[in-house]
Amino acid sequence: MAVRTEDIIHNCLWQELGLKDSEYERIERLLGRHPNWTELGMFSVLWSEHCGYKHSKTALQSLPTQGEAILVGPGENAGVVDLGHGLALTFKVESHNHPIAIEPYQGAATGIGGIVRDILAMGARPIALLDSLRFGPLEAPWPRHIFSGVVAGIAGYGNCLGLPTVGGETYFDEGYAHNPLCNVMCVGLMRHEDIQRGVAAGVGNSVMLLGHSTGRDGIHGCTFASEELGENSPDRRPAVQVGDPFVEKLLIEACLELQRTDVVVGVQDMGAAGITSSCAETASRAGTGIEIDVTKVPLREKNMTPYDIMLSESQERMLLIVERGKENVVEEVAERWGLHVATIGRVTDDGLFRVYEGSEIVAEVPARALTDQAPIYRPLAERPTYLDQLQPIDEKRVQSLTDRDHLKDLKTLLGSANLASRRWIYQQYDHMVRTDTVIPPGGDAAVLRVKGTSMGVAVSVDGNGRYTYLDPYTGGAAAVAEAARNIVCTGGRPLAITNCLNFGNPEKPGIYYQFAEAVRGMGDACRALGTPVTGGNVSFYNESDGKAVYPTPVVGMVGLLLDIEKRLTVGFKRAGDIIVLLGDGPVALGGSEYAQRILNELGGIPPALDLEAEAALCEAVLDMVQARILSSCHDVSDGGLAVALAECAFRGDAGATGAKVHLEGDVAPPLALFAEGHSRIVVSCAPPKVDEVVRRAQVKGVPVRILGQVASERFSIFWADDILIDEDTNELTRCWQEGIPCMMS
Amino acid sequence: MVEYRALIKVMLKPTVLDPQGVAVRNSLLTMGYEAVKSVRVGKHLELTLEANSENGAYCLAQELCDELLANPVVEEYHIELAPAGEEKGGT
Amino acid sequence: MKCAVVVFPGSNCDADVYHALTDDLGVDAHYVWHRESDITGYDVVVLPGGFSYGDYLRAGAIARFSPVMVSVQRFAQRGGLVLGICNGFQILVEAGLLPGALLKNDNLQFRCEWTTLRVDNHCTPFTSRCRKGQVLSLPIAHGEGRYHVDSDTLKEWNDAGRIVFRYATAEGDACREANPNGSLHNIAGIVNREGNVLGMMPHPERATNSLVGGEDGRWVLGSLVDYVERGCV
Repeated sequence: MAVRTEDIIHNCLWQELGLKDSEYERIERLLGRHPNWTELGMFSVLWSEHCGYKHSKTALQSLPTQGEAILVGPGENAGVVDLGHGLALTFKVESHNHPIAIEPYQGAATGIGGIVRDILAMGARPIALLDSLRFGPLEAPWPRHIFSGVVAGIAGYGNCLGLPTVGGETYFDEGYAHNPLCNVMCVGLMRHEDIQRGVAAGVGNSVMLLGHSTGRDGIHGCTFASEELGENSPDRRPAVQVGDPFVEKLLIEACLELQRTDVVVGVQDMGAAGITSSCAETASRAGTGIEIDVTKVPLREKNMTPYDIMLSESQERMLLIVERGKENVVEEVAERWGLHVATIGRVTDDGLFRVYEGSEIVAEVPARALTDQAPIYRPLAERPTYLDQLQPIDEKRVQSLTDRDHLKDLKTLLGSANLASRRWIYQQYDHMVRTDTVIPPGGDAAVLRVKGTSMGVAVSVDGNGRYTYLDPYTGGAAAVAEAARNIVCTGGRPLAITNCLNFGNPEKPGIYYQFAEAVRGMGDACRALGTPVTGGNVSFYNESDGKAVYPTPVVGMVGLLLDIEKRLTVGFKRAGDIIVLLGDGPVALGGSEYAQRILNELGGIPPALDLEAEAALCEAVLDMVQARILSSCHDVSDGGLAVALAECAFRGDAGATGAKVHLEGDVAPPLALFAEGHSRIVVSCAPPKVDEVVRRAQVKGVPVRILGQVASERFSIFWADDILIDEDTNELTRCWQEGIPCMMS
Repeated sequence: MVEYRALIKVMLKPTVLDPQGVAVRNSLLTMGYEAVKSVRVGKHLELTLEANSENGAYCLAQELCDELLANPVVEEYHIELAPAGEEKGGT
Repeated sequence: MKCAVVVFPGSNCDADVYHALTDDLGVDAHYVWHRESDITGYDVVVLPGGFSYGDYLRAGAIARFSPVMVSVQRFAQRGGLVLGICNGFQILVEAGLLPGALLKNDNLQFRCEWTTLRVDNHCTPFTSRCRKGQVLSLPIAHGEGRYHVDSDTLKEWNDAGRIVFRYATAEGDACREANPNGSLHNIAGIVNREGNVLGMMPHPERATNSLVGGEDGRWVLGSLVDYVERGCV
C-alpha cells in the first residue's frame, strides 16, 4: 500500500477524497484512531453525498412513506407495492447525470445497468424501463451529441437485456446546456413471497460475489457524482464505467434462478462504491458484521491494491449472502450462465466490517459508521432574489398577442423540440419485447399487461424544471400531480411514487431553498393524492462554472388497472364524438412553452396548483373509467389546450383525426389556446354519454365544459365567431413528426 | 512453441455498402474536411497466439478468420504478424 | 405439434415465442438450452430473437457454435422445420443454413416499429395460411437487419420464389419508403432451397394478441401448426 497514515495526516489527503476536515475528525472519533488509506477511501465513498444523503436526509424525512399498498418502503434497494392476487411491483428511479456529461453512451448504459440490478436485488423480474432526460437546446452541437449518445446508450443496454423502454420524457432547455440529466426508472414484478432483502443475516453465512470480475473502473465514481463539473471534468474520464449488457442479462437469469433455490438469504446490487457499500449496507441493515478477503475477489487487472478492490465500481456484479454450506448451489448456477462467482467472506456478529488481504487485516470499521453515521447537514435555505423579481406576463402584453397568426404559432410549437413527436427516441428502444406493452410510448402513461390476470400496470415519469425554477414548491407538487394525471388518463389508479431530485450545489442557500421547497411541495401532493414515496435518489452538484441546472424533481409513478379492458388512450376514436374539458384550473403563460418558443422569454409566474381540485379530477376520471363512458382521455399539459387537442387528433383512429372546437369565455385567444395550467383533462365520448359525463363530473365537484366534436380529418378551433386555427390534420402531423428528425439530421 | 501477436483487420468488402463510413465522411465534410473522399469503417483485432513458426501462426490466424472472426459473405480480412510484446491488461 | 424454443445465452424473445405458441396458439412448446444436443421428437425448432452472446463480434456469429446448432443442422437436413426470428435469422445465416448476411441498418440505428410485409410465397410451411400478396402487419426490433447477398444467389432466390416476405406499403408496394433498414430488394424473410428453413427479421410472436397491437403473427405461426397437422402445404 503506497499511502502511509503519516502522509495522510501530514498532507490532509482526505481532502483529495472529497472529505472535509470536520468529517475526517468525525471518522477519527468513530474509530478512536487514525484511519488508514483503505479505510479513509471507504468512508469517503459512503459519506459522499451520493451514498450518504448528507444534505438531503433532513428534508426527505418529511415525505409520506406509509400507505395501504406499500409492502416495502424506503431504505431497501427499491420500494414495493401490492398489486393484489399475491403479486407485487417494485420500482425505482435513479440518476446518472455526471457520467453522461463525460461519456453519454456508457454513462446512460451503466445507468440502466445499475437501476436494473436494484430491482433484481428485490427478487423481482425487471419488466420495463422509463427515462427522464434533459439536455441543452438542440440547436447547439454539444447537446445534440449528448442527446443522441444517451438515447443510443439506453437503447444499446436496455434492448440487449430484453427489457422494453416503455415511456419517459425528454426536455431541451438552456438550463441544461452544461449539465444534462439522465434519470432512469426500472419496474419489476414478483410474487409477495419472493420479496428479497439486502441483508447480511445469519452469522456464519457466506458472502459471495456474482457476475463480472473486478477491475479499476469507476473508482470514486460516487465522489465524482458529488462534485460540480468543472473545466477539468474530461480528465476525470476514468471514473466512467463501461457496461456489458450481455453479462447483465446473464446475471438477471442467474439471480432469478437462484431465487427459486432458497439458498440466498440476502441480495445487494453492487453499484456506487462497489464492494464497500454493498457489504456495509447489508451488514448494517441486518445488525451484523461482515468480513471479506480481497484476495478472493476475481480480478481482471493486475496489481490491484485492497483500496482499488474495495472502491472499484466495475459493473454487473451482485453481492449474495448465502446459507453456509450451500455455496455449491450458487456455483452451479453461475457455471451454467458463465458468470464469475467467488466466496469472499462471511457474516459475523460483531458489527464490524473487516477486510483481509490474505491473513492481514487491511481495514476494520464498524459497518454502521459507514452507513448510518455520516454527518447530517442542515444547510442554510435562503429564498433566491430572482423569485421576488418575477412578474406575471401582463394583461396588455397578452392582449397584444390576440392578432397573431395562431396557426403559425401552433405549427412552431408542434415542431419545437419539447413538444414534437418523441418517435425518434422511442423507435430506438425495443418497447415491445416481453409482449406486455399494451399502451406503448407516446401515451400519457405506458400500460403493461400482467399475463395470467386481467390487470394492467400503468407507469409514468414526470417533472418540469422550468416550473420548479420559477416556483419551487409548486414545481415539486406539480411533478406528482402530473404523474398522477397521466396514470389516471390511462384508467389506472395511482399507487405510489419514487423520486429523483436533481439540483445544484446544496451548500448554496438559494439552491437548498429550491430543494427544500420542492420536497415540501412533493410531500403535500403525495398526501393529497394518496401516493406515498417508496424511495428514490438525490443528485446534487449539477452545476458547471457556478451555474446550476434548473431544479428538477422527477417523479416516477406506478398505478393499477384492475381491468385492462377498461384502459383509455389519447387518440380520438370516432368522428362525431363530443370533446369535453374536465377541470378548469387557473392557466398562465408564465413558464409555458408558448412563452419560451414564441415570446422567447423565461419568466412570469407559472400556473398555481390546487391539490384538492387535482384529487377530485382524478377521482372523477376514474369513476368515468369504471362506468365505461369515455372514448379517449388526455392530460392537458405542455403547450396548453391547442397542443393537447392536436395530440388527440394525431393519435386518432382512421377517420377520427380532426376536431372542431369552440373556445369561448373570459380569456383572450392566446391564453385560451396556449396557456398552461394543472388539473385539466380533455376527454371524448359518444354523444349519448355526454350527460352522464357532465353529471359524474359535477358529483365530484369538477368543472366541466363541452368544447366541440371530433372531426374526420380537419383541425379547427373557433373563438366566438373567429377562426383561430383551421388546418388539415395531416399538415399539423407533419410538423409534429418532423420536428426532432429535422434537428438531428 | 513461440508466442506471436496477430494483428487482424476486418473490413466490409468494397462492394458492400458501409453506412457507418458514409456517416463519418459526411460529418467530416460538415466539419470542413473536404479533402476526405471516402471513409470505410472496419474492425481491428489483436490476438496472442502460440505456434511453431511464423507461418504456423499465420495459418492459424487465417483459420480463425475463416471460422469466426470474419464473415466471408460480406467481409474480408488482412493479417499482420508481430513479435509478442508485453500483454496489455489482465485476463 | 411439438415445438422447441432454443435458448442461447442472451436470447430475450424466447419467453415471448413460448408464450405466443402455448397461450395464444395452443402449441406444445418447450425450452431447449443451447448446450443440449438432443432435439429429437420435435416438429419445429424456433431460434428466437435477442442478443445471443451480446451480439459481440457479429450478430449470431458466436451462437452458431453452440452445441445445439449441430443438432439443428442435422434436424434441418432431415427436413425438420426451422424458424429463425430476428437474432435467430442472423444465427441461421452465420451457420450457413441460409445464404447472405444481415448488416447494420442503413440508418445506423436500432429500429423498433410496426412494419407491413408482403407475402411473396404462400406455398411454404410458414405461410400456408396466407394468400399470395397478402400484407401482414408485424413489428421489427433490430439494429442489424439489412439483408445482403451476392447477385447470383439473389437471382436464384428471386427466381425460385424463396424470398418469402418483403417490406411493403399497406397496399403491397415494396418501395424504398417501406424499407425500414435498407435491406436488399426489401427482403424481410427467406427460405432455403428445400423450403424447410425460414429466417425473418420481423417478430410474429409479438403479434398474436390484439391487446398488444395485432394478430397477424398468427398467419405465420398458425401456418406452421396447419402444416404439421396436415403434413403438407
